[in-house]
Amino acid sequence: MTDPKHYRKHIVSVLVENHQGVLARIASLIAAKGYNIDSLSVAETLDPSVSRMTLSLHGDEWVIEQAVKQLHRLIDVIKVIDLTDEEHIGREMVFVRVNAEPANRAEILRINEIFRGRIVDVTPTSYTLELTGEEKKVGAVLELLQPFGIQEIVRSGTLAIARGSKSLPKREEVRMRVAGRKQATGE
Amino acid sequence: MSERWTAGRVVARGNLTGAILPREGDIAMRLTGSEIFLKCLQSEGVHTVFGHPGGVILHTYHVLLDYPIHHILCRHEQTAIHAVEGFYKASGRTGTAIVTSGPGATNTITGLTDALMDSMGIVVFTGQVPTAVMGCDAFQEADVVGTTRTCTKHNFLASKTEDLPRIIKEAYYIARSGRPGPVLVDLPKDVIMGRAEFAGYPSAVSIRSYNPSVNGHPGQIRKAAELIAAARRPVIYGGGGIIHADASPELTEFVNLTQIPTTLTLMGLGALATSHPLWLGMLGMHGTYAANMVMAHADLMIAIGARFDDRVTGRLSEFAKNCKIIHVDIDPTSIRKNVHVDVPIVGDVKRVLTQLNAEVAKCSRDWRSDLEEWYGQIAEWQRAHPLRYQQRPDGAILPQFAIDEIYKASEAHDPVVSTGVGQHQMWAAQYYRSRGPRNWLTSGGLGTMGFGFPAALGAQAAFPDRLVIDIDGDGSFQMTMQDLATCVQYNLPVKIFIINNRYLGMVRQWQELFYGGKYSQVDLEVQPDFVKLAEAFGATGLRAALPSEVRPVIEKAIATPGPVVVDLVTAREENCFPIIPAGCALKDIIDEGEPIPEKLFQGWR
Repeated sequence: MTDPKHYRKHIVSVLVENHQGVLARIASLIAAKGYNIDSLSVAETLDPSVSRMTLSLHGDEWVIEQAVKQLHRLIDVIKVIDLTDEEHIGREMVFVRVNAEPANRAEILRINEIFRGRIVDVTPTSYTLELTGEEKKVGAVLELLQPFGIQEIVRSGTLAIARGSKSLPKREEVRMRVAGRKQATGE
Repeated sequence: MSERWTAGRVVARGNLTGAILPREGDIAMRLTGSEIFLKCLQSEGVHTVFGHPGGVILHTYHVLLDYPIHHILCRHEQTAIHAVEGFYKASGRTGTAIVTSGPGATNTITGLTDALMDSMGIVVFTGQVPTAVMGCDAFQEADVVGTTRTCTKHNFLASKTEDLPRIIKEAYYIARSGRPGPVLVDLPKDVIMGRAEFAGYPSAVSIRSYNPSVNGHPGQIRKAAELIAAARRPVIYGGGGIIHADASPELTEFVNLTQIPTTLTLMGLGALATSHPLWLGMLGMHGTYAANMVMAHADLMIAIGARFDDRVTGRLSEFAKNCKIIHVDIDPTSIRKNVHVDVPIVGDVKRVLTQLNAEVAKCSRDWRSDLEEWYGQIAEWQRAHPLRYQQRPDGAILPQFAIDEIYKASEAHDPVVSTGVGQHQMWAAQYYRSRGPRNWLTSGGLGTMGFGFPAALGAQAAFPDRLVIDIDGDGSFQMTMQDLATCVQYNLPVKIFIINNRYLGMVRQWQELFYGGKYSQVDLEVQPDFVKLAEAFGATGLRAALPSEVRPVIEKAIATPGPVVVDLVTAREENCFPIIPAGCALKDIIDEGEPIPEKLFQGWR
């Protein structure tokens, strides 16, 4: 029923209980069902008992629908949202350590500036750039830096948030929690 | 409860108790994990558990003697889990098993996977090495939560004694709610031996991430009713979900209201009376010719609590090509997993059928006359291709005949019937012709050989006074037969009928039909003498080798108290028909006597 011709990339946000073994459950599910994932990032949310995962995966409509349902079936998963067809902002962060011979240093700095990156480490022979952007932008920078000789890259995987006032945990709840915390800390 | 069990219990108490239990009033309500665990089981209404003790779970077994919980000591952890499955499916009560760490826990994996595939609501407690040494390759340590993550509906590691009541409450709730399934709770030794305040078993459970939907969406129900009212060649295809939801009366009402012909999957058998005029028989690989042709030619399928397994659909690209599908299931992942669905309805089958019945009742259609043509076509298929066999009085016993006789001799007792996996299972589905819901125990999704006997044992423990029959294969029975000892010890009078062809029959059949008749590792040349085997365990053994002996021997087995093993020595190379060869479309069904197309050959020539 699935057809690779109709594969496309999806960004899926998953809110999960923040306890031991939950990441392993998600990973086991993905491995067992054979879903193609490109990246996965996880961290705590405003509510420390909840973690948010951003999954970037590709497949056709059937695969993605099943993946979303299967994720939701896990007892520890609170909410699953496919952000792909909603207005959303997706960003990835990357560190790039690139050869910086004296003759190339100025050019690398220029590229860095154009893409609004930051130099976070310098040695006599290399620069380390920190860049944030959409996947395409990150790809373009890497392509431009390629000729100088990239020594190492570290990518975060995509992070995504919906545009507008909608949020995954209801905004009201978040406001109440923030207010509660402020009261508790006497702010 | 048997004499033997009671006696053993008293002796053990005299020898063991006294050392660890606190004296009354000692430490007010600070109980050990084991005590909290067993109190929780009591509050949960658990009277019978199946299990096997071992090193790290010793403390719980020690305390168990002081609780009115009937423990059935199975001889292998796999059989304990199958017994729990049989207990659950036959009674509808969540089953419970207790085993030890390491090998005890890993032996449960087959049973857990079986329970997951067939949606069995069971809770399994496994001992675990102390938390301090977890991950250090301690003696009898296994990463049980890790290993069972994908073969349970959910699992827990209890890391603190005080968490036990909440975890146990959640475990039982998750096991039986939504789509039922196995839940495992791993209990480290220090957690069950440590103490905590026990404020009682929680009365309510709330899991924010788990809220299975119950009612069907009213808009979807209306859409479904519209499709049903317009269909000219509809079929109801029901599955195990109807049994789990106890929705057999609602299904029957739905069939009566709409007059739609109905077929059931292997797991759904019993949901509709086989005497119902609209009953088509089982569908699928070894289903009736008519049921499969109805599926192949229908213009509307109403799938209820079924999941379009490959044994039912045959080749997917040919399945339901010009057919609309309504799919009712409690598990959203079952919907649109294998086939397209026009009207999905997520919800509890019982509730949804009640809603759907109310909706179709409003419809002023003359169902019977509208479906006249369809009935005519179906009757033709049924006439041309009935289930059939020909027993010669002086020939070898045909397995179909043997099962037919078991049916005729036992039907009046309304027994629970279980099966192993293989040819005998399919023949039992075909020829054990009547059954109520929850009276049919078989391993469908996983196809676990060795399931039948322990499942029957579990059902018998749930209903000590009912007739429980295991129709088994000689291959299947040999996988779990050690639990005859359990049956004898607890006086569980299961009647085991071995359809003994001295072959792994289904594999042999495939080798004959699709692998050029080359038999590889299917001949069970050496077998125990099942009569002597039964006697060695202290059970009764009987045998029939001639067609004329079959009925008297079956009747004698039913009349004999205690567990009985009946060796029915059958024809060796009988094949199970009809068959839809794996990967073929439904309409490629092959009935008895029809040639096997050359293209189905799967070996080397």
